[in-house]
Amino acid sequence: MLSLAAHILDIVENSVRASATLIEILIEEDTNDDCLTIEIIDNGHGMDEKTLKKVRDPFYTTKTVRRVGLGLPLLAEAAERSGGTLRMESIENTGTRIKATFGLRHLDRQPLGDIVGTLIILIVANIHIDFFYKHRHNDRQFEMDTRVIRKEIEDVPINHPEIIKYIRGVIEEGLSEIGSEA
Amino acid sequence: MAKLTIDDLKKIKEKVHKEMSLRDGDRRVKVTVHMGTCGIASGAKEVMDTLMEEIETAAVHDVVVTTSGCMGLCSREPLVTVEMLNSDPIKYEYVNPNKMRQIFKRHILAGEIQTPFVLAKGSESIK
Repeated sequence: MLSLAAHILDIVENSVRASATLIEILIEEDTNDDCLTIEIIDNGHGMDEKTLKKVRDPFYTTKTVRRVGLGLPLLAEAAERSGGTLRMESIENTGTRIKATFGLRHLDRQPLGDIVGTLIILIVANIHIDFFYKHRHNDRQFEMDTRVIRKEIEDVPINHPEIIKYIRGVIEEGLSEIGSEA
Repeated sequence: MAKLTIDDLKKIKEKVHKEMSLRDGDRRVKVTVHMGTCGIASGAKEVMDTLMEEIETAAVHDVVVTTSGCMGLCSREPLVTVEMLNSDPIKYEYVNPNKMRQIFKRHILAGEIQTPFVLAKGSESIK
């Protein structure tokens, strides 16, 4: 994985497979604490304690088509490489929360990468799932909520090119306003 | 550029409503970009970006884009499945932005399967 955005794209796939209907992606950059946090929270079917303990193992997967599952192990490795950690909480039939922290200015922290493109792909490819995105940089923050957009556009599909263009514009604007340094 | 607001969204909605009544919204092609860990790590996001750009440039409305997880052929990623209405799905292997543009122009728009890039014909079963 070359960027943190690629990790997000990958981890959210887990939420999609867990039949989530709302996925929250929260990014926080704290210059003073030299800390970057990425949280992914879903309302999918969750995991029991036994499963939760096994997901860091690269040789654990719920799939049968191959014998490895690298998504979370790679994210854990990326976080730890930059002096951070990966924490996971899950409640069966309620949802899962994944929280990765990184050293914001650590040399080995991957760049955030194309977060706009990542969010667009997630929205276009999962039209029945709502996404809430919040990005905070010190005291400035930006939010995007597909539930708000959906309410406005009524019967127009959210993956309509004009709507996607609008969402892309809104996120780009928001990110430049908060001046993300990741 | 002026800041985008909810009012802009309302205007877009009205514009789209007018256009929607003028054409039939039938889906002719479904394109799936496989985006498991393996796909993403080998460039599936760039393939997806290219596909969405091509769709926007060509202004076609009958192509649906979606993603799926890994199907166990990680070594051949990025994989793209093109499913035309009433025909078997075609799976392309080792796709990159250039191949994606060719597949879009020749297969999705013109209907010619791009044999040199094809991995298989048919559906996989994912569990």
